[in-house]
Amino acid sequence: MAEQINTLPYKANLDVYSETLQRLAETDRNIIAVTSDSRGSGKLVPFGKKYPEQIVEVGIAEQNLVGVAAGLASCGKKVFATSPACFLTARALEQIKNDIAYSNNPVNVIGISAGVSYGALGSTHHSLHDYAALRAINNIMVVAPADNWETARAIEAAANSNLPVYLRFGKKPMPPLKEDAADEVFEFGKGRVITEGNDVLLIGCGETVYPAFEAAQLLKEEGIAATVVSMHTIKPLDTVLLARLAGQCRAIITIEEHSVYGGLGEACASYLLQRGIFKPFKIIGIPDEYTVTGSQSDILNHYGISREGIAQTARQLLT
Amino acid sequence: MTTKELKQKSIEYRKKLLKYIVKAKAGHTGGSLSCTDILNVLYNEIMNVSPQNFSSPDRDRYIQSKGHTVEALFVVLADKGFFPEEDLNTLCQYQSHYIGHPTRKVNGVEQNTGALGHGLPIAVGTAIAGKLDKKNYKVYTLMGDGEMPEGSNWEAALTAAHYKLDNLCAIVDKNTLQITAPTADVCNTDPLDEKWKSFGWAVREVDGNDVAALKAILQELPFEEGKPSVVIAHTTKGKGVSYMEGVLKWHHGVPSAAEYELAVKELDTQLLTL
Repeated sequence: MAEQINTLPYKANLDVYSETLQRLAETDRNIIAVTSDSRGSGKLVPFGKKYPEQIVEVGIAEQNLVGVAAGLASCGKKVFATSPACFLTARALEQIKNDIAYSNNPVNVIGISAGVSYGALGSTHHSLHDYAALRAINNIMVVAPADNWETARAIEAAANSNLPVYLRFGKKPMPPLKEDAADEVFEFGKGRVITEGNDVLLIGCGETVYPAFEAAQLLKEEGIAATVVSMHTIKPLDTVLLARLAGQCRAIITIEEHSVYGGLGEACASYLLQRGIFKPFKIIGIPDEYTVTGSQSDILNHYGISREGIAQTARQLLT
Repeated sequence: MTTKELKQKSIEYRKKLLKYIVKAKAGHTGGSLSCTDILNVLYNEIMNVSPQNFSSPDRDRYIQSKGHTVEALFVVLADKGFFPEEDLNTLCQYQSHYIGHPTRKVNGVEQNTGALGHGLPIAVGTAIAGKLDKKNYKVYTLMGDGEMPEGSNWEAALTAAHYKLDNLCAIVDKNTLQITAPTADVCNTDPLDEKWKSFGWAVREVDGNDVAALKAILQELPFEEGKPSVVIAHTTKGKGVSYMEGVLKWHHGVPSAAEYELAVKELDTQLLTL
């Protein structure tokens, strides 16, 4: 299937991560990137060249990456532990749990090429478990910025935060969700409303927000009004916003590049059910099966994480 | 301290840790007794760390990778004035900060540990920070010989050598027993010295229950400029209590009232014959 996003003029969130980190490092020598042979895939080669004292390379050893990052953070360093999300949040999960979250060492855990970004490289390289695994660990935020603006703001916020945070990016160029975000404020734990409409609520995170936005435009042509939210922070969830928007709409759809188990969708469903807000509800994500093979866009299209797929789910849910 | 005073301290620490283990009805008795002399020498002779400088970025850092022998650490920290010793009466009780592994909720504890193979990577990061900031502090981590098979240790060992962390010292409490059986029978890691050497570390071996020998060797740090240091401390699990020494069941065995009385009697006799 054809790529649905016009990607040419846009940057990947991963590129914005790297640029933002360089900008921050210009005035802050405590910014440290820790990599596990991942400076290339993390787009940190220019950072490493410019600030050789501020990059720590541990080789392909993710458990060590996280432990070392925790030690650095305990000495006041603003650490960005950067590695493919698939390895970082599975192989080094115990280190994230104990050395960062439990010990309260405020490391910024950066999961790059997340979700199914690696496409045809297969399940070893996919991270469809990270939201679920990290949501169940106390004292770490779980964040997936949607566009370049959110990414830059999230990195700035992470650098100035004294709390552990997991940030996840893909490597696909992402168009802006709003033409002008100059007046907007980014805050962890506060969802971002992209458009408002009272028929269906589309809640995405990370790179699924843009296809949700596209779906909303498609639905609009059919007379269906959608609200689109970038719920960039999956934990702590913006339950105030969720309750308000859920109350206004007729149906709710969540969209995530993650297993349908334990991620954004179940987080929203759990809150709404316990709050007594019952609406037709659908979680779009990767089902619990051997993931279909193909490129990232093949996989996303296959599971309906696309403009067409989201719009179709909305139509079905509203009838 | 004189050697005699250090020996007295060790015996006092052993008596105390047994007292609190008995009161809590839980604890890692054998391993706490094996590492008592190491902690004694580190905190009383080697490290620049105290309640007064604990928030200073220049303090020496101690990270206990073998977190389960926390009872030895707690009695030493109490003795150094990090908290009142009577706090240990709450060991392992409901809502107490004094749990069965080190936590930063207890003053004087650098890192939360308990899962094995975590201390060295954190210590490596802490030592790299010291190098970056041109600080003179040293970083110490105490590991068990039973946790040597954890792969993360060897990942961190490589990084420590790569970054020439001569401000880092790992001490292996080689008491040769772990929960299941003798360490050599569970997963033989000997010859341990050659492994560390081949990973680029400067290695020393010592009788880890000999306070004078420990003090002498730790005063030599770093053993080689530009290399991380490791001390393989040959110890006896259950050290100081004859019926516990080298006996597997005391890994986390808790003495009965009568056994406790016997242990105290033995330790008191040791004090008198110093």
